Amino acid sequence: MRDVAIIATAQTKHVRAATATNEVELIQPVIQEVIERSGIDRHGFDFTCSGSSDYLQGQPFSFVMTLDAVAAWPPISESHVEMDGAWALYEAWVKIQTGHADTALVYSYGKSSPGDLPRVLSRMLDPYYEAPLWPTSVDVAALQARAAIMAGVTSEQAMADIAYRSRTSAANNPFAQLQSSAQPSALMDEEYLADPLRKHDCAPITDGGVAIVLAAGDKARALCSRPAWIRGIDHRADGHHLNLRDLTTSPSASIAAEKAGVANGPIEIAELHTCFTHHEPILRSALGLGDSVEVNPSGGPLAANPMMAAGLLRIVEVANRIHSGDVSRGVAHATGGHALQHNLVAVLEGEG
Amino acid sequence: MGAERVAVVGVGQTKYSAMRGDVSLPGLLREATFRALEDAQMTLADIDAIVIGKAPDFFEGIMVPEYSLVQALGAVGKPMFRVHTAGSVSGSTAVVASGLIESGVHERVLTIGWEMQSCSEAMWALSLNMPFQQQLVAGAGGYFAPYIRQYIERSNAPDDTGVLVALKDRQNALNNPYAHLHEHGITYDSVKDSLMLWDPIRYSETCPSSDGAIALILTNEAGGDAATAEGRPPAWVHGTSFRSEPAMAAGRDQVSPQAGKDCAADVFRQAGITNPRKQIDVVEMYVPFSWYEPMWLENLGFAEEGTGWQLTHDGATAMDGDLPVNCSGGVLSTNPIGASGMIRFGEAALQVRGMAGAHQIDGARKAVGHAYGGAAQFYAMWVVGSDKP
Repeated sequence: MRDVAIIATAQTKHVRAATATNEVELIQPVIQEVIERSGIDRHGFDFTCSGSSDYLQGQPFSFVMTLDAVAAWPPISESHVEMDGAWALYEAWVKIQTGHADTALVYSYGKSSPGDLPRVLSRMLDPYYEAPLWPTSVDVAALQARAAIMAGVTSEQAMADIAYRSRTSAANNPFAQLQSSAQPSALMDEEYLADPLRKHDCAPITDGGVAIVLAAGDKARALCSRPAWIRGIDHRADGHHLNLRDLTTSPSASIAAEKAGVANGPIEIAELHTCFTHHEPILRSALGLGDSVEVNPSGGPLAANPMMAAGLLRIVEVANRIHSGDVSRGVAHATGGHALQHNLVAVLEGEG
Repeated sequence: MGAERVAVVGVGQTKYSAMRGDVSLPGLLREATFRALEDAQMTLADIDAIVIGKAPDFFEGIMVPEYSLVQALGAVGKPMFRVHTAGSVSGSTAVVASGLIESGVHERVLTIGWEMQSCSEAMWALSLNMPFQQQLVAGAGGYFAPYIRQYIERSNAPDDTGVLVALKDRQNALNNPYAHLHEHGITYDSVKDSLMLWDPIRYSETCPSSDGAIALILTNEAGGDAATAEGRPPAWVHGTSFRSEPAMAAGRDQVSPQAGKDCAADVFRQAGITNPRKQIDVVEMYVPFSWYEPMWLENLGFAEEGTGWQLTHDGATAMDGDLPVNCSGGVLSTNPIGASGMIRFGEAALQVRGMAGAHQIDGARKAVGHAYGGAAQFYAMWVVGSDKP
C-alpha cells in the first residue's frame, strides 16, 4: 500500500440552521480554505470526491449543483458517494492506491435544517416492513439504548455524563454548535424524548460541511510539516433489520477496527461518530479502546452533527491534532444507517 | 493501470421491463447477482466487497436503499459502498469497483447497478422547480433537444439520422433476450411517424423507463487466470476513467463537452489506443436519445467533428459494420437509469468474452463501455479486451 496522508483540513462553523446559504454557498468557502492550506493549485488535484444526500436537500442529483464549488473547469476526475464524506475519503484513498492519483480533494456537507430530520431518516429503513411504520431516527436509537441499558452496557446516568463531558469539551472547539451543558444531575431531571433517550442524549440537528486534502508519500511530506498518515482504513456493514441484530454490539465496527489495525499500537484519542450518547460505550467496546483513550475531545457529534459530514469531521479532528503535534496516534470512526449499521475506522499517525 | 490487473469474470442481468411486478427490490438485485455469480462459478461467500450504484433515491422513495439490502446481498460483515454520480452512475460504480481490485485492496468484488423506475415517474422527478435554480423543463429530453438541434445546425446532418439510429438499436434489441423493448414490427416509417416529443426527438427515438439490475464480478489477475484455465474467458480491463465538468461554465460546449473528450483521451491512453475507429471492435455507448450516437462518435474520437452522422448513414455502426455500436439495443431499448451505465460496461465485457449470444460480434477483442450523466457533464468509461493488458 502507498503511504497516504491528510495534509490539510477545513470546516464550517456548525450551526442549527444556515438559512441564508444554500449548499454551494455553505461548502465553497471551506473548499477555498482547504485548497489554500494545502498549497496545491486549485486545478492541481488529481481526484475529487464528495459525499452528500439527496434526501436532505430534497432534490434528485443535488450534488450536481455543488460541483460549482470546486471549479471543475477545465474538467476534473471526480466522483460522489451517497454516504458520509468519510466514505468519499475512502474512495479517494483507494484511487491514490491505484496509482492514478497522488493528490485528492474530499468534501462533504449537509443541511438538515429545511426538513424534519428524524422523520426524513425514517425513509432509510426497509421499505416493506419498517419504513411504513415511520419510526424516527430517535425512536430507533431509543430501542438500541434500551437494549444497551438492559444488557448492562450503559446507564442513563452514564449517558448523561457522556453528554456533559462532550459538550463541555466543545467549549474549546470554536466550530462546535453546542459548547456547554448543564450538570449531569440537572440533565437527568429532563423529560424523555423517546424513553430512555432525553434531548441531551441526541446529537443536535446541524448545518455544516468539511473538506480534506490527501497526498501520497513525498508529496505529502513536501506540502505538510507533519502529515497525518492514514495507517489503516476499513469499513464494514451489519445487517439492517433491527430484529435480526444484537443492537448492544457493533460487529461491523469491530471488524473494521481490526482490519484498520487499531490494536497495532497505543491510541491516544478517538473521535467517534456518536449520534447518541449510548453509541460511545458500544463503540469503545467494539473498537477495543481502553479507558485511557480520550474520546471526542472536539465534543464530537453531540456538539456538532452535520449529516453526511460528521463522519469525515471525525477524521478532520484527529488529523488536526496530529498536524499540531498534540497527538501521535489516533483513531477516527464514521457511521451510516440506523443504530450503527455501517462503520468506517481509520487509524492516523504522525511521523517520528 | 495500477498494481493489479482486473478481470471481469461474471456478468448477470435481469430481464428488463417497464414494471417488474413479480419481484421485490431485493429479489430484483438478487436475480442479477446470482446470474453473475453463476457465470463466475462463485457464491456470495467468495465476495470480498460490494459496490452499488443507482440514480437518485427519490426514484424509489427509499433513502440510501443499500442499507436495507445488506442481508439480501450477503454483505453482512463486508464492505458495502454506494456511488451516486447522475446518469453515468453505474459506469462510475464499475470504475470504483475496478479500483478496489487494481489497488490491491480486494480480490473479488461484486458490483451492481439498478433502478426500479416503476416506483415513480422519472421524467417529473427530474423536473422539480427548485428555488434559484434553472428548471430542467420536461425531463432530460426537453433539456437535450436544443443541443441536438445545434448539432444538426453545425454538422448539416440529414434529418433522418436519428430515425436510423433508433431503428438500428431497436432491431438489435430483438437479439437480446434481456432487453426491455422488443418491437418486432418496427420500421423506418414507424419511427419517423411516431409522435414528436421534443423536436427533433420523436417518441421512438427516446429511451424507455425500465426496471432492472446488472451485476458484475471483478477479480484480480489470479482470478482471471483461474477463469481462463477453466475455459471461462474473462474480459480484462485495459483502462478506466471518469471526468466531470460544471452544469454551467463560460465557454462550455454542451454539444461536444470537453469532459467527454478528456475521458475518452484518458481511457484510450491507458489502453494504448491511438486510432479508436480501427483498434476498437465494438462500442456500447450511452445513447438515450437517438441523435447522441453521432454526437458521441465525434466526442469520443471515433469520427472527425461534423462527420459522426456519416458512420450511421454508411451502416458503419450496424451489427455488420466496421464499428458496431450498441449491439445490445442500447439505452434506447433498455433504461433502468441507475443500471444503464453498467449495462454498457457489462455488454462490452460480454462481447470480448464471446458471450453476447445472438448479438455477438464475431472476433470482438477490444470493446468500449461508455456512460454519461447530468447536463452531459459526467462521464465514465472503460476499455476491456480479450487479452491481458
